[in-house]
Amino acid sequence: MTSTTAPIVRVSGLAKSFGSNQVLKNVGLSVDRGEVVVVMGPSGSGKTTFIRSLNFLEMPDQGRIEVCGTQINDPGARPDAATRRSIQAIRQKTAMVFQSFNLFPHMTALENIIEGPVSVKGLKKDAARERGRALLEKVGLAHKADEYPGRLSGGQKQRVAIARALAMEPEVIFFDEPTSALDPELRDEVLKVMRDLAREGMTMLVVTHETRFARDVADRIVFMEGGHVLEDTTPAEFFGPNATERSRQFLGRIGD
Amino acid sequence: MLELFYRALPLLEKAVLVTLGLGFSAFFCGCVIGLLVALARISPYKPLRWFAFSYVSIFRGTPLLIQILLIYFGLPSYGIVMGPLPSALLALSLFAGAYLSENFRSGIMAVDKGQWEAAWSMGMGYWKTLFRIILPQAFRVALPPLGSRLIGLMKDTSLASTVTVVELTRVAEQIGATTFRYMEMFLMVGAIYWFINQILTILQTWLESRLSRRYA
Repeated sequence: MTSTTAPIVRVSGLAKSFGSNQVLKNVGLSVDRGEVVVVMGPSGSGKTTFIRSLNFLEMPDQGRIEVCGTQINDPGARPDAATRRSIQAIRQKTAMVFQSFNLFPHMTALENIIEGPVSVKGLKKDAARERGRALLEKVGLAHKADEYPGRLSGGQKQRVAIARALAMEPEVIFFDEPTSALDPELRDEVLKVMRDLAREGMTMLVVTHETRFARDVADRIVFMEGGHVLEDTTPAEFFGPNATERSRQFLGRIGD
Repeated sequence: MLELFYRALPLLEKAVLVTLGLGFSAFFCGCVIGLLVALARISPYKPLRWFAFSYVSIFRGTPLLIQILLIYFGLPSYGIVMGPLPSALLALSLFAGAYLSENFRSGIMAVDKGQWEAAWSMGMGYWKTLFRIILPQAFRVALPPLGSRLIGLMKDTSLASTVTVVELTRVAEQIGATTFRYMEMFLMVGAIYWFINQILTILQTWLESRLSRRYA
């Protein structure tokens, strides 16, 4: 992977309102190739809306979003055909892991994983299956290939979801609170997979409350509140003795 | 009664086929119409939503018999002439489509929004997401009401007798009229309807358990 190219994600002036509630106010951020950026902040700070704007599951009202070389300005609620094509292009180069997993319940774990490669990228089924099995192996679930999601634990579901994300060979993965719906004892198996990915150089943008993961794995911490980016700093700075009053308050509340 | 049954059998055999053919074809066409109308009903475009709403309102809000009579006896005065069978098929399809669209709509709405988002986030388009991800799940939810609709439709085909389609009810009427044994003929035909619908019910139950097995 080359690190000399432009940032994978570059956002500026991002704004989004739901009715009269302005959730994002002039948010800007950039993520370089190979970076792991963790977004933290109290609930209602806009961090989920922010990450969902990057692949346009939320349509921002204003702002400039450039992801994997495709740039979109002020998409608005009803994007035109050219913008929709750009959105498709971005979605095919990125992947998202959701808080509620969102596995397809009518497909087995393996079918979930090959769905994107086969129906979006036109990969042959056999080749996709082979790669899918390798990915399941990678997340430690090779033996669950033919199981339906209904019979997997939360942690297993999320690991399948990560394998599904990887199957699209994304340039960056967006994680939207990937462990928030999991019991504490199931979180570690998911975090371990995420650590491995980070070590392999995967570009990751992670919204999470997992402070230990943030401290150990993140290259940068972005702290959001009230629809603003309050801080964009290193873990050492954010968790260290010189942390700002506000971030210390926040970390105290989430029990670090 | 048995000797009457044997006498009527050649006619009944043909009539059963007409009833089944009419019922299944109308169900199939109704499903196509119903799916499109359901999608229009939940589309972001207002004119489409209005069209779908009006369609359901009209075809669900008026009697099927009126619709059949309108198409068969009414349309010819505007130069549109259709035979009895096409008229009945059209009316039954339009009528079934209105009801089925509501079944499809509730099925689609029952699928978690996260399913759309997961598919979109991997770059799948609207139709692909719909057919590969949403509809298989919606279908499972909608299966019981769809089954009821099909059974309802099988019985509704009897109204086609009013426009001279020779299906079960019409045959019973005809033989009843020539033999004056209405009671027996209608009992016989009633039993045949019941038998058809029992088989459909069993099929539906089998399909339901097959589809829900994987959901654990």
